[in-house]
Amino acid sequence: MPYVFWVTIAGMVAVLATATTVGAVLARRVGPENPTVLNLNQRINAWWVMIAVAGTAIVAGSHATIVLFALCSFFALREFITLTPTEEGDYSSLLLAFYVALPVQFALLAFRWYGLFAIFIPVYVFFVVSAAAALSQDTTGFLERNAKIQWALMVCVYGLSHAPALLMLEIPGYYSDTGPLLLFFLLVVQSSDVFQYVCGKLWGRTPLSPKVSPSKTVEGLAGGGLAAVLLGVLLHGLTPFTPWQAALMSLAIVAAGVIGGLVLSAVKRSLGAKDWGEMLAGHGGMLDRVDSLCFAAPLFFHLTRYFFAT
Amino acid sequence: MSSLLRTALVWLVRIVVGAHPRYMSALATGRQRIYFSNHTSHVDTMAILAALPARLRRGVRPVAARDYWDSSSLRSFVARRVLDVVFVDRQGQGTGDPLDPLREALREGASLVIFPEGTRGAGPEPGSFRSGIFRLSGEFPDVELVPVNLSNLNRVMPKGKVIPVPLLCRVGFGTPLERVPGEEKDAFLQRARDAVITMGNS
Repeated sequence: MPYVFWVTIAGMVAVLATATTVGAVLARRVGPENPTVLNLNQRINAWWVMIAVAGTAIVAGSHATIVLFALCSFFALREFITLTPTEEGDYSSLLLAFYVALPVQFALLAFRWYGLFAIFIPVYVFFVVSAAAALSQDTTGFLERNAKIQWALMVCVYGLSHAPALLMLEIPGYYSDTGPLLLFFLLVVQSSDVFQYVCGKLWGRTPLSPKVSPSKTVEGLAGGGLAAVLLGVLLHGLTPFTPWQAALMSLAIVAAGVIGGLVLSAVKRSLGAKDWGEMLAGHGGMLDRVDSLCFAAPLFFHLTRYFFAT
Repeated sequence: MSSLLRTALVWLVRIVVGAHPRYMSALATGRQRIYFSNHTSHVDTMAILAALPARLRRGVRPVAARDYWDSSSLRSFVARRVLDVVFVDRQGQGTGDPLDPLREALREGASLVIFPEGTRGAGPEPGSFRSGIFRLSGEFPDVELVPVNLSNLNRVMPKGKVIPVPLLCRVGFGTPLERVPGEEKDAFLQRARDAVITMGNS
């Protein structure tokens, strides 16, 4: 990995160490039982784990990264299907989704077979899962049931798989190992969430979409989005982009991420839940953490591929 | 070796069904218990073991029907070497009191996991409880009776299917059942069944 990658990692460790210190001071002042402080500290601790895991995978190479994202995708899909009311007639479709569609989509990345990777789920899985559902002879709510499974696959598998797909790109004049580009993407997407949370807590007043996502505010979105774009500019050394290009790319990532968060929030609420799961203490489920990523990854991948890759 | 396999199996089960525990009251280490639960699928036993933290899982033996677990050599291996199952003969298949193996295991200090319905229920509500748990409750007054509620597991493995669909299931551990002196069998079984059901609704 290039020098700038390690500088970025060191920077992240410094930021997290500061956050941990602040969290400890807050816990001492306000009391560790205060729900906001408790949640904050849980979130910070989970960030340490997530950054350690993602950083190790990126350094270990493309196969390790693909496996990591395949696992995240599995956990996200598991949460999605858990909250979705599926019937016994969906059994074979679900087996196909978990045990065929998901592993094949990520295996295609490992084989660097872009042509099939890009169409596998929208064309072939769409086809086969619908056929399996039809063959199950259960026509009650057929379209709804099918749509839910296809939707879950598009978001949790297809969308998410485009993050490690960045490692497949060959960009002239850039490092042959595109790990730093993936790190850039992850940092912009996730910091946008964090900045929006912080700005929302500090200045949030006008609700952005009170019904879908009551905690999101216009001020949080503007402040957090701006901060994430600035971070993207600062980190342009990780990318093949000039500072201006990095700013535009970050803007696209932030916008897609916000939309992803909103859409999945709406889905979650329509299914009657507050969190997708409970595997990441303080954050909720896997899907609560990667919702913005699922939408931002395909967009960022294709923008980069169209404008920069060979 | 067998404890290593047991840990591996527990993690496999956690990956597939999550098995997040929910406690209605704290369970202390070192107490002998009978965990009794609704029965919804073949994964139930393993889901309960996977939900228990390692310190509570030690010395817990599931109670299961001999005819199911002896029907293939893999199942038999898992039952004997990995899960340390206490076998019971279903009605009419063995000689003597079917509860004897359970009594022996309890006397040896093991905790048990039992499914008082005896068989997997057809609907979402558990079927009526058999009397075994009532008799054991009277004979072993110091053993805690912990109600357990499993939800979502019937979706993981519908009846007649072999491959599990990965879904998050919840394992709720309730407040240990209190003994009421002189309580009749039917009242006790009703109370035990209600304790399992209420957790599913909360």
